[in-house]
Amino acid sequence: MPQEFRLILKQADVPGYTPDVECYLRHGGYETLRRCLALAPKDLSDGKHQSPQEQIRDEVLKSGLRGRGGAGFSAGLKWSFVDRKSGKPIYLICNADESEPGTFKDRQILHKDPHQLIEGMIIACFANDVHLAYIYIRGEMPEGARLLNQALREARARGFLGRNILGSAYDLEIHVHRGAGAYICGEETGLIESLEGKRAYPRIKPPYFPAVLGLYQCPTIVNNVETLAAVRHILAMGASEYAKLGTPNNTGTRIVSVSGHVKRPGYFEIEVGKATLGELIFHENFGGGLREGRTLKAVIPGGSSAKVFKAGEKFKLRRRAADGQMSPVDVDLLDLPYDFDSLQQAGSMSGSGAIIVMDDSTDMVAALANISEFYAHESCGQCTPCREGALWMSKALHRMTHGHGRRQDAEYLLHIAQNIQGRTICAFGEAAAWPVLSFVKKFRDEFEARGAADEAGSDLLPHAAIGAGAGPTAERKLAASPRSE
Amino acid sequence: MSTPSPFPPVPAPPSTETVRVTVDGRALDVPKMMPDWQGRLQPTTMLQACQAAGVEVPHYCYHSKLPVAGNCRMCLVEFGTPLMGPDRKPVTEADGSPKIARSVLPYEPGTPRGAIACATPISPGMEIYPGSPATKQMREAVLESLLINHPLDCPICDQAGECKLQEYSVEHGQAASRFVEPKVHKPKAVDLGPRIMLDDERCILCTRCVRFTKDIVGDDKLGIVNRGSYNTIAAYPGTRFENNYTLNTVDICPVGALTSKDFRFQMRVWFLKETSSVCTSCATGCNITIWSREERVHRYTPRDNDAVNASWMCDQGRLHYRWIGRADRLREVQGARAGSRTWRAVLAGVAKALLSAKPGSVAVVASARQTTEELYLLAKLAARLGAVTDSVPRFGEADRLLVNADKNPNMAGARLTGIAADEPGSRLMEIAAGIASGTIRTLIVFGEDVTRHGIEPEMLSRLETLVVSDILPNETTSRAHFLLPGCAHAEKRGTFVNAKGHVQRFLKAIEPPGDARPEAEFLVELLQLMAAHDFPTPASGFSMEALFNRMARDVPGLTGLEWARLGEGGAPASV
Repeated sequence: MPQEFRLILKQADVPGYTPDVECYLRHGGYETLRRCLALAPKDLSDGKHQSPQEQIRDEVLKSGLRGRGGAGFSAGLKWSFVDRKSGKPIYLICNADESEPGTFKDRQILHKDPHQLIEGMIIACFANDVHLAYIYIRGEMPEGARLLNQALREARARGFLGRNILGSAYDLEIHVHRGAGAYICGEETGLIESLEGKRAYPRIKPPYFPAVLGLYQCPTIVNNVETLAAVRHILAMGASEYAKLGTPNNTGTRIVSVSGHVKRPGYFEIEVGKATLGELIFHENFGGGLREGRTLKAVIPGGSSAKVFKAGEKFKLRRRAADGQMSPVDVDLLDLPYDFDSLQQAGSMSGSGAIIVMDDSTDMVAALANISEFYAHESCGQCTPCREGALWMSKALHRMTHGHGRRQDAEYLLHIAQNIQGRTICAFGEAAAWPVLSFVKKFRDEFEARGAADEAGSDLLPHAAIGAGAGPTAERKLAASPRSE
Repeated sequence: MSTPSPFPPVPAPPSTETVRVTVDGRALDVPKMMPDWQGRLQPTTMLQACQAAGVEVPHYCYHSKLPVAGNCRMCLVEFGTPLMGPDRKPVTEADGSPKIARSVLPYEPGTPRGAIACATPISPGMEIYPGSPATKQMREAVLESLLINHPLDCPICDQAGECKLQEYSVEHGQAASRFVEPKVHKPKAVDLGPRIMLDDERCILCTRCVRFTKDIVGDDKLGIVNRGSYNTIAAYPGTRFENNYTLNTVDICPVGALTSKDFRFQMRVWFLKETSSVCTSCATGCNITIWSREERVHRYTPRDNDAVNASWMCDQGRLHYRWIGRADRLREVQGARAGSRTWRAVLAGVAKALLSAKPGSVAVVASARQTTEELYLLAKLAARLGAVTDSVPRFGEADRLLVNADKNPNMAGARLTGIAADEPGSRLMEIAAGIASGTIRTLIVFGEDVTRHGIEPEMLSRLETLVVSDILPNETTSRAHFLLPGCAHAEKRGTFVNAKGHVQRFLKAIEPPGDARPEAEFLVELLQLMAAHDFPTPASGFSMEALFNRMARDVPGLTGLEWARLGEGGAPASV
């Protein structure tokens, strides 16, 4: 029976568990840090020495941990790219700018178990010779910032931060920096610019790869909250044990945010790939199924920027058969394992781990209009295709949802979106284009019917036939059910 | 950037090591490293490689003298790199040539992925396709995006005719727009500063103005407010965009967003003639283009010269041109006798007066705003007459960029030709005393109002002969016995030597008014009348080229220079 596997959120919702340091210490907090700082250099079989820092980095690489922010890139590899010979300080930034619509997992850690993040950060900083780190937290999470600052004060008071941490001669300071309400600050180079006090314009890559030219033009690591929390557990249990969680190449646990038209919207920590998309939506341990009398229409599997899946879709996934050969296997949408690789092979992504469920009451044109309005509002406007294209799509969709659709609008939207993806400074271009590309391609009939109806001057719009009261507002109410926060 | 480095930075020579790349099928070797905007060697970019191949990659935000922003996306080009096998060796085609992997979107391998040519370094074996259908489609799409919210008000826009949006639309755009939504509206006729007006609707947000102001001038005044499609260039709230370089933003603005209050709504650029010249406002000698029509100067713009001014000039110098067209310009040649109104008669009178002057009784005050050739001829004249000579120093404020404290454009030339005293102006008192004591009876003044430099007006009345050449009337010209109207630099050819000893030529843009003639021309005539010089006169084959070349042979410091070889960029004098 599919069920949650709580590793990071093990204590978070236990009655009586509080975010203060005493509670954390009572549950074994900072013991892993203590062990990491006390590691001795190791002699390898080839005669080389491995410093404690290298041992930790090696563990993280071996654990197979992949970034939990959206791109799913190997955390250990990311660390390995850091320029350690530049002579400049190395910075580490915790990206706590959780803003992807549908995502509400990092805030669980920040609000309920902040010391876990801080311990993970200190270990990551120690492993990478970082002496100054930042937590860039979304401006809309004032409570998270308050709790983090309090947790940092507590950690400092107990010698986990500051000079000579736990007598190890290792120094580290962590500062909390609050954003001011822009989604683009979650893009790592935009975040860095913002942290430097500038407008959060993402940087061009090349040459500004953070691992080489990051914060203040110094080598910089930017990791997501959940990623850094996972580091603590990898070091606590050992890379090999951690790698046993989840599935090959998709190791560990992941906190999935389920929202939309399900009975039990909320966050669920699972072993990566050990639950399917269908289970996460329908199983009583997770989403609990759709509302009475409704059928599934669409699923966005990884936050609003991920490409939408249409109910009933089938995919060909490459799977390792018993003989060890990779061969294509037919998989239904609901049987897709919720992991990085399967969703990518299915043409979308697990992104920030946010599943947005839409039932048959959903007007896909209106849903896309809602998403596109968000991306038009959040485009930083630095580069041309995204700046102009994001608002263009949003205006077109607004027109379509206000009775002025045209038959050619489906093609029109695809044309705009295709000219954004892959042509922008940062991945926001994809984030804005993919919803449009996938909604229009997979629900083209709905978009064309809307245009045809409007052109015919008919009031019998497709959305009129759909359940009354359903729409963006209703969806938001559903998503904000008590359990999710 | 804490220590001020010399400005403009001297670009480092490209590396001798080369990389072989292919641009639209043509293989060529380009330097591995080339100078960046600060002149420092950096890996050569695809854009530089295309330039080396003679292929222009259209761009808006890229400017060779500004940090790379990569925001306009106009220079997106399709490219490919040699395909590497699992053994990390290049995979070859059947014919043995390396197999090229064209760049594609990682998540959609059927779709080409472009890279911005301005910021993407080349690599060995790289193939760049600035002419491929995919590249063209990317350009077309960027242009479409730039135009959807643009007001398309070319008929009333000053930039029309020199607008990159217009030019690229013609070359790379589509005739019709698909856009049917309402346009974004932004502030218009924004009074950004004393010399600049901004139309935010025309702006394509390339940030050239922001980068120039921040990274070249060191002024953080300009920035972007709002977000996304509503992004708007603005000065910091409550302040004015005011420094001595603001008008450069008008030059580098690829569209009609930033306009010069001085020039806007005055003239269509396609009516204007461009003439290469040199700014005369200080000893830096910024290279300029004079834009003129029907004997009237309409504007100056800077001309690129890495040895002098990079691509910039100061606002003060740029706007200092209206005096050329002043209504009170000296336009009549005048002699001592009433009725002497022809150059022939007046020059004959001057020659006669000078030839009768006792040696030692003549002084020459020449201006360091004159051309080197004129100063050379005046030095010849002074030598013939045994005259004491000097020039007038002129100092003002300097800055760390282009403004020199020496406000004379050619003091170095005045020194080289020996007209100016070692300490320029130091002999003016001696001359004044000579006039007062009666030892100096003849004074020749070119381009200066000596009454403002220690020689009182009533002292001029004591002179036997006062020969004056100038452009505008003043106290000295009013007392001249012989008045020889001269030319503004825009009306003649010649050279200036700047503060760094760089010899720069300038060309004639417009005709002088009335009788006014280039000083060098009537000086050779005068010298011939006095049998002091054998240089050809306009009647016998005068040319500025020949005069310069003669001078270069004659004047130590100019040795080896030739007019033809000065070119557009000038050449250093061996001072």
